[in-house]
Amino acid sequence: MTSGFPEIWDTRAFGRALDQAFNGIVAQWGETLELTFMPVLRFITGLERGLQYLPWWMVVLAFCLITWAAARRWQPVAAVAVLLVLLGLLGIWDAAMATVALMLAATVLSVLIGMPVGIAMARSDRLRRGMLPVLDIMQTMPIFVYLIPFVMLFGPGKIPALLATIVFAIPPVIRLTDLGIRQVDPEIVEASRAFGASPRQQLWTVQVPLAMPTIMAGINQTTMMALSMVVIASMIGAGGLGYQVLQGIQRLEVSRGLIAGLGIVLLAIIFDRMAQSYGRRVQANLHREGM
Amino acid sequence: MQAVKIRVDSVSKVFGSDPKAALARVEAGMDKTRLLEETDHVLGLHDINLEIRTGETFVIMGLSGSGKSTLIRHFNRLIEPTGGRILFDGEDILGYDEARLRTFRRRKMAMVFQRFALLPHRTVIENVMYGPLLDGMAKAAVRARAEAQIALVGLSGFEASYPAQLSGGMQQRVGLARALATDAEVLLMDEAFSALDPLIRNDMQMQLKDLQGRLGKTIVFITHDLDEALLLGDHIAILKDGTLRQVGTGADILRAPADDYVARFVRDVNRARILQCGALADATMIPLPGTPEIAAEATLEAAFAVFADGADCVAVRGSDGRITGALTPRKLMEALARS
Repeated sequence: MTSGFPEIWDTRAFGRALDQAFNGIVAQWGETLELTFMPVLRFITGLERGLQYLPWWMVVLAFCLITWAAARRWQPVAAVAVLLVLLGLLGIWDAAMATVALMLAATVLSVLIGMPVGIAMARSDRLRRGMLPVLDIMQTMPIFVYLIPFVMLFGPGKIPALLATIVFAIPPVIRLTDLGIRQVDPEIVEASRAFGASPRQQLWTVQVPLAMPTIMAGINQTTMMALSMVVIASMIGAGGLGYQVLQGIQRLEVSRGLIAGLGIVLLAIIFDRMAQSYGRRVQANLHREGM
Repeated sequence: MQAVKIRVDSVSKVFGSDPKAALARVEAGMDKTRLLEETDHVLGLHDINLEIRTGETFVIMGLSGSGKSTLIRHFNRLIEPTGGRILFDGEDILGYDEARLRTFRRRKMAMVFQRFALLPHRTVIENVMYGPLLDGMAKAAVRARAEAQIALVGLSGFEASYPAQLSGGMQQRVGLARALATDAEVLLMDEAFSALDPLIRNDMQMQLKDLQGRLGKTIVFITHDLDEALLLGDHIAILKDGTLRQVGTGADILRAPADDYVARFVRDVNRARILQCGALADATMIPLPGTPEIAAEATLEAAFAVFADGADCVAVRGSDGRITGALTPRKLMEALARS
């Protein structure tokens, strides 16, 4: 095709320059970065080993206890237990635990980074205006695109998988923290000011607690997105259930792909149950009526 | 006369991007409407001067948009004035830095809000404990203090309830207890009873009068309801379009409205329930011994009851115990006929 858009500037040269610049960064910083992230890698590997070496019933028990603490109702606890046992029966326990380890690490880091960013955005309209397009780009850019630079920096493995997962999964936590805090009844915030609350006291006694149901919805979405990204990240060596799917494709084994896929669905349901029942309890505390 | 607690000294407030410049235009004679059209600034308050004395209930009354809620928020600097000074016990609170201002809000002034503004995720007692805990007081001491305040407003037994479980009147009592728990000298009440049903509102007004009699706080009360203003206020300031139209006692305002606006306002008031016999007593008449008596601070409504019993003259006895004069049905009719 020769008709097309005229070539006004040399895109190939631009691409080459970009690649070279990035190569330079990799050469200069790659090692430092890899060392910096060593503790994170150890944490994920430790978590994964822990989940795999513990007897399966202890893992189920731990999940049940966490669900009970979050929900205070037995129905979600029972659901979580049954679904976990089902994962074991499908014969994909170890792979599932590897996926859980990576997903939990990504979610925890996303929340630790995302909530402060969301809080800062709720306080500054300027920061919000700057961040919103960045978040849009993070969510719409095809996810394979971020895999490239992370793999170049760290080599295939869990760290680039984790970082790509965080980039993909963090926007909901940030957005909904910002939204939740902005939606808090201004009269209640004013009352806390009138009683002499410092900005920090306003944040922790009024804004964060009242925004909690919305923030929890964000954390739930982040968890789900982390789970779906972890699967894709198996292409760069994250292991786990995603790797089973990948093998299914490579060997044209329908059963392998199907079973691993089913396992991912089960994990999604488990985490969604846990997060939602917690969210519902927080919500109920805010709007308790009658008894 | 009591010392001045809060002095508002030519306070003005302009909302907009460059309030100082806009205020200068107002000082040069531009009116509110032109200011809005030409500079897109809103004149919220203009040249307000008030003296609020220790221990009195001072009512600021006006319709919506009159600037009354803006004005009350200047007293604890939830809103900063564009010009003027606000003195508390003679000290200019506009000079306070952030930390000093927080201490001032925690210890000197507490606020009660129209829509209660309770913390929905905390129980009644946790709400009442909120102010002192912000101030860093020990939890045990605060709990005891909060329990006492909850008992004072008649909510004992509801300590562990959540606000949404209570009726509006009960929620506002929590709001009142929360304000009292800080032990502040001044209570700012922003349309505190306006959101309540008429009967509950009446109860709350009586409870406030009763509390005021026992605690002797200085209360700044905002309302759009003239009857409420006359019932509660030792002094009443009438605000319209951000300017003060009249300041005085309820009787002053009823007897001599400063302008047409105030006159229109007071026209529909039930004077018989507000005016006191002492104000109408004729000091030149000396009632015969055996004439029925009435206290000088009794309302005209009470005098009607005495006349209905067949008396044609009532002796008015002042608070010092002496007879100050006599009241006749004719005098009563005159006072009520003026409207």
